[in-house]
Amino acid sequence: MKTTGKVTGIIANLVTIEVDGPVAQNEICYIDLSGTKLMAEVIKVNGKEAYVQVYESTRGLKTGDTAEFEGHMLEVTLGPGLLSSNYDGLQNNLETMEGVFLKRGEYTSPLDMEKLWHFIPTAKPGIEVSAADWLGEVKEGWLPHKIMVPFVYKEKYILKSIAPEGDYKVSDKIAVITDSDGTDHELTMMQKWPVKVAITAYHDKPRPYRIMETGVRCIDTFNPIAEGGTGFIPGPFGCGKTVLQHAISKQAEADVIIMAACGERANEVVEIFTEFPELIDVHTGRHLMERTTIICNTSNMPVAAREASVYTAMTIGEYYRSMGLRVLLLADSTSRWAQALREMSNRMEELPGADAFPMDLPAIISNFYARAGLVNLNNEKTGSVTFIGTVSPAGGNLKEPVTESTKKSARCFYALSQNRADKKRYPAVDPIDSYSKYLEYPEIISDLSTRVNKDWVEKVLKGKNIILRGKEAYEQINILGDDGVPIEYHRKFWKSELIDFIILQQDAFDKVDSVTSLERQEYMYSLVIDICEKDFPFEDFEECGNFYKGLINILRQMNYSEFKSENFNKYLEQLNKEINNGR
Amino acid sequence: MEGRAFQKIYTQLESITKATISLRAKGVANDELATVAGRLAQVVKIKGDLITLQVFSGTEGIATNAEVSFFGDPPSLMVSEELSGRFFNAYGDPIDNGPAVEGEKRYIGGPSVNPYRRKQPSELIPTGIAGIDLNNTLVSGQKIPFFADPDQPYNQVMAMVALRADVDKIILGGMGISNDDYLFFKQSFENAGALSKIISFVNTTEQPPVERLLIPDMALAAAEYFAVDKNEKVLVLLTDMTLYADALSIVSNRMDQIPSKDSMPGSLYSDLAKIYEKAVQLPDGGSITIIAVTTLSGGDITHAIPDNTGYITEGQLFLRTDSDTGKVIVDPFRSLSRLKQLVIGKKTRDDHNYVMNAAVRLYADAANAKTKLENGFDLSDYDNRCLEFAKEYSTKLLAIDVNINTTEMLDTAWDLFRKYYSPAELGIKESIMNKYWKN
Repeated sequence: MKTTGKVTGIIANLVTIEVDGPVAQNEICYIDLSGTKLMAEVIKVNGKEAYVQVYESTRGLKTGDTAEFEGHMLEVTLGPGLLSSNYDGLQNNLETMEGVFLKRGEYTSPLDMEKLWHFIPTAKPGIEVSAADWLGEVKEGWLPHKIMVPFVYKEKYILKSIAPEGDYKVSDKIAVITDSDGTDHELTMMQKWPVKVAITAYHDKPRPYRIMETGVRCIDTFNPIAEGGTGFIPGPFGCGKTVLQHAISKQAEADVIIMAACGERANEVVEIFTEFPELIDVHTGRHLMERTTIICNTSNMPVAAREASVYTAMTIGEYYRSMGLRVLLLADSTSRWAQALREMSNRMEELPGADAFPMDLPAIISNFYARAGLVNLNNEKTGSVTFIGTVSPAGGNLKEPVTESTKKSARCFYALSQNRADKKRYPAVDPIDSYSKYLEYPEIISDLSTRVNKDWVEKVLKGKNIILRGKEAYEQINILGDDGVPIEYHRKFWKSELIDFIILQQDAFDKVDSVTSLERQEYMYSLVIDICEKDFPFEDFEECGNFYKGLINILRQMNYSEFKSENFNKYLEQLNKEINNGR
Repeated sequence: MEGRAFQKIYTQLESITKATISLRAKGVANDELATVAGRLAQVVKIKGDLITLQVFSGTEGIATNAEVSFFGDPPSLMVSEELSGRFFNAYGDPIDNGPAVEGEKRYIGGPSVNPYRRKQPSELIPTGIAGIDLNNTLVSGQKIPFFADPDQPYNQVMAMVALRADVDKIILGGMGISNDDYLFFKQSFENAGALSKIISFVNTTEQPPVERLLIPDMALAAAEYFAVDKNEKVLVLLTDMTLYADALSIVSNRMDQIPSKDSMPGSLYSDLAKIYEKAVQLPDGGSITIIAVTTLSGGDITHAIPDNTGYITEGQLFLRTDSDTGKVIVDPFRSLSRLKQLVIGKKTRDDHNYVMNAAVRLYADAANAKTKLENGFDLSDYDNRCLEFAKEYSTKLLAIDVNINTTEMLDTAWDLFRKYYSPAELGIKESIMNKYWKN
């Protein structure tokens, strides 16, 4: 029998319910508001009072209204058909909802229950199976979608029977497994899993050892992110967080992209809805939308569902990881999620931590980041979830709780700088403050030396050093004046400008410049570093500045031209002539 | 807003604070309206049978035996074509001596548009101001505030933008604006002969601050009626959102909530987002565009109000006085229109993006040169050219008194480029240079 209860108090979306039976922390309940069912989650229990956060507006709710508890936590439905779907934070399909406005209490099915999928069995009856073992596959777009033993079946089972190749609905029986007591369990192509629990049905989680290409030069060349790695992008508003994230989502070398738009602008999601079905994935030549799932809880949608949305996204990511795929999960922005936690903690009158955030914020954030990673599956294949979150620090101050907590968990740090954004130097990733811990991993260093160039990391560090020296020289020039410093300072400054303009800056709105392959990055970066290693003689600082400005202009034209095209080679020739004139 | 017939009247208040009262009552719904001693109030907290009400006009003079009666309904607005040309207070009651509006009752602060049903904004809203059209182009369905110090002429600029914009309805939500500014808006709309397409909801400084909380929702309920039901293009002006946020903090303070940054409520982001996210391009052609004003104290954009606003809105327009030319300009560094990429070079000439970026970069070089000058260093030839360029750029393009079309703006910029720079110094893509760099 389900536990039921009656509403006893309401403050915004925090509702207290007096219950008549057992309730669990994080259990889901539905409150009946004159026939409309409002979904809510238990966040605190005190005696007979359950405190629930309601995922919808509580307008019109009265004391005495009834509630029914479901006996499970917030779950997502996993199965073929998740890709190219657009969900809200609770995995309701936004596409199948009626009307222009979101109606309270309207819940839609995450999967198409009528669609037929062509199932091909890959496992033979009689073998021993357990959670996440592959039984067969269906084609989801171009992707082989593995049908697995549901994650809840944690023991050892014997596969008793499996359906023959054919067309099935997601709810059709495709296999029967027998547990050690001899009880049979029927399996379908779909399963449910609680979002706040990590899926751990894999063999082990090694250190990441490969980099993930994003096509964004300031990331790939300067601070690469590993496949299965974690990174975050903090920055004040207007510094290009979203543009950078969208660029990564379009270009990254991943099989599945999951975008969690968490408490951000609706028009940004509309941009994805509009563009992704048109855009082509550079790696597979397929439409981007085919590999993308959008979880969208924009800033005007109910606050409590914002928190759920990132977990929903992560769980779907872990599901695809179990199929041996490379998943990239992007969340914009994790600060909004933290703020949702703050609003609830505030209403529950908990003692606040820093900036009124809940005390356990750092733990919540690091737990979440820890769910990403590269895993060895039980069948010796690998899968990965790479996670990049954005952070919107209040007032652009990186010393605030969300940024600080995230810094402790994420391995890559892409700090967006207001100063660079003001100068329109996009992407505004600060080359000095940003870092990638993966550049220190021996596994990654050896991956880069085989994939890119033998002394690549050494070269990257050299470039970083030039940027740093350039900044120092610039400060000296500003203090002492152009004439007050030796010409060497100007030379140092302009070398750093050369790297900045040609490698770090990238035009996200230009067709060619927006995506740079690793091969091209290696070529251009080596070209630029070679120039930096030459010392040209100059009469005075103006000649120095003009010379480098000339080179920058030619190199920029190269960036705008197709790699190794006629135009590209023409500019290269021009460049070599300038360099020869310079010495 | 009238009460139900035969409603129960309560006469025993349990507690009174400056903005709220509490009493014991049964069968009360969250968010519903009530009157307390004739003043409008709204349910904000229910704990058993103890109901807390926020009294919009303040609780001065309310006695513990004041009469309280509940409406059974959240705040609403009567909508119909009759709204056009009218002036209302925060409760949606006429303040222009006209008759009450008849029409359909709509609850304010209603649900949000399904993001999947939205269309991508794609229509340019020309204003004639180059600081906006050239550098920070506005698009219908966008939400963007002016960030300005209180001494900047933001209301004038906003009125100008509103009257030049090609829209079907202009809805003004005035929160805590001075009576003078209210009359200014009324006057400029009248003078432009545009009164028939204007609807105003006004709370002046003379009225209680908590009433302001209703203004944006009222204005946007009216906007949704025209945009959704009538497929019209609606422009909503909200001034001043800082005073709105101040009213929020008053209420949360009275309700003993723990304040977060700058003594603002922890829910400030969600509260503001609920308003701004009503901006939308609808599938059937209607749209709601929001231009707001957020006043700053001493230009500080790290304060919680402008900071949260910046994270919600699609850019911001920064007004400042250029000390070199004495003109009020739209600051090219701090201003941004996030949606401009949807229209520039598509609805405008193909060189727009390149010209915009090059000009701003050169203006930044001028700022560097100026710093050098102030520090007493010699300027190079390039520095001097940048300074000269900056002056002309500021007067001919950035100043808010400029009124030309986008093509003229681009031509003006090319004239300046040719006057002060060599092609290599511009760093513009060669195909564009070949087309527009004419000697």
